[in-house]
Amino acid sequence: MTTFARFWYRYASPASFYPLAGRLIPVFATLAVLLAAAGLYVGFFVAPTDWQQGEAYRIIYIHVPAAWMAMFVYLVMAFWSAISLSFHTRLSAMMAQALAPTGAMWAFIALWTGAFWGRPTWGAYWVWDARLTSTLILLFLYLGYMALRASIDDPRRADRAAGLLALVGAINVPIIYFSVQWWNTLHQGATISMTAAPKMAETMLTGMLLLTFAAWTYTIAVALHRVRSIIVEREAASGWMSRLASPERPPAADGSAPSGAAAR
Amino acid sequence: MQRDALAALARRTAPVTQPAPPGVIAALRWACARDLRLALRSRSELALIVVFFLLVTSLFPLAVSPDPELLRAMAAGIVWVAALLASLLGLARLFAADHADGTLEQMVLAPAPLAALVAGKVLAHWIATGLPLVLLAPLAGLQFGLGADAIGVLVVALALGTPVLSWLGAIAAALTLGARGGSSLLALLVLPLAVPVLIFGAGSVESYAAGLGAEAHLSLLTAGAIAAWVLGPAVTALAVKIAHE
Repeated sequence: MTTFARFWYRYASPASFYPLAGRLIPVFATLAVLLAAAGLYVGFFVAPTDWQQGEAYRIIYIHVPAAWMAMFVYLVMAFWSAISLSFHTRLSAMMAQALAPTGAMWAFIALWTGAFWGRPTWGAYWVWDARLTSTLILLFLYLGYMALRASIDDPRRADRAAGLLALVGAINVPIIYFSVQWWNTLHQGATISMTAAPKMAETMLTGMLLLTFAAWTYTIAVALHRVRSIIVEREAASGWMSRLASPERPPAADGSAPSGAAAR
Repeated sequence: MQRDALAALARRTAPVTQPAPPGVIAALRWACARDLRLALRSRSELALIVVFFLLVTSLFPLAVSPDPELLRAMAAGIVWVAALLASLLGLARLFAADHADGTLEQMVLAPAPLAALVAGKVLAHWIATGLPLVLLAPLAGLQFGLGADAIGVLVVALALGTPVLSWLGAIAAALTLGARGGSSLLALLVLPLAVPVLIFGAGSVESYAAGLGAEAHLSLLTAGAIAAWVLGPAVTALAVKIAHE
């Protein structure tokens, strides 16, 4: 077995992933804060004012990273779902579950900031632009995933059912995107297109990339934190969890229940 | 040499202990015929879906305006939205009753391929709930003043698109078996996935009316229908299995 495979097998177990995630969270959280501070500084103090859109354009520093992350997180979620469906691994399903609320939050932020940007720029909070519409549908896909999970009581069944839904959704996302785009061009002809926007100044791009990485590291930190909570919730009765909760006591032979309850 | 001959003899004389499992077509036909028979016995429920469809299409002129020009422009969209909503109504009965009385579990255990049984059920479901909408669409089209050609395009688009809706609905219905939330959860799962069908279905009539021809939209709908019939059985069978783990 290669070291790579051994690494994956080792950390596919919640018991060994739990402490690793605990060590990784501060790293990614710190990175997120630093990158966000740098990106916001560049975006709001260094980058020039857009000659066409004025100061209102600065919302793209939040909007574009959020929109990218909304799509990216869905793909990552579908990836972990596929792994969980094909290898029956518990942890990958937990990862997918942990990612969903953050992905939904990014989709919501993208829509919200888009509306605030659209009002001064396009003169309307909402237009039925292809991107807006497909982001809205993406938000509904996230909500459907979370609703399906929440409505199935057995966690293993919920893992598999929601995982299959995430996969069906992932196949459908590009179809939805292109169909909406086509629909839009058919309806409105020449519409306001973000692809035709004037070329970006270099500092603007720097600020946006910094904030994209900030959003990415933030998502990782939050997902790891949430996956730790999910592990505690699901594995509360297991032996390793009760040993974790009270390390000073010698490991109980029967994986005693009282200390397991303390983990909650 | 001798051993081969003995083996051949043993094969010829071995008693048949197990009948061969039914083939794909037989399983599909059996499941389809069974569900159609059940559907015939609950005709009033099916009639409700048809009435719902016509009712929804009749609400739009009341809510929007009786202006014939406006209605003609909106006709395809209204019919498609009504068909989409009506297709949600029948989904609850696709697997739920069989799940409740254990029939579905027997199908999972049966030697016949589950995907074929599921495909038979979905086909029967489409014949019972989708086909009536396709046949009634000309009536709705006449109400909104569509021309005969446009009505033809609408019917063809519905005939291609409603099976896709049935498959998407079947996947969602199987995933929500035994889940809390019922029909509103089902709607939340199906409607976002059905967006492309809605766009291409309604778009076919609109682009025909605009003189662009409906071939592109209808081709994409056909592609969707083929994809649904190829991928749908396996995915739905997996979802049914998950519900019985």
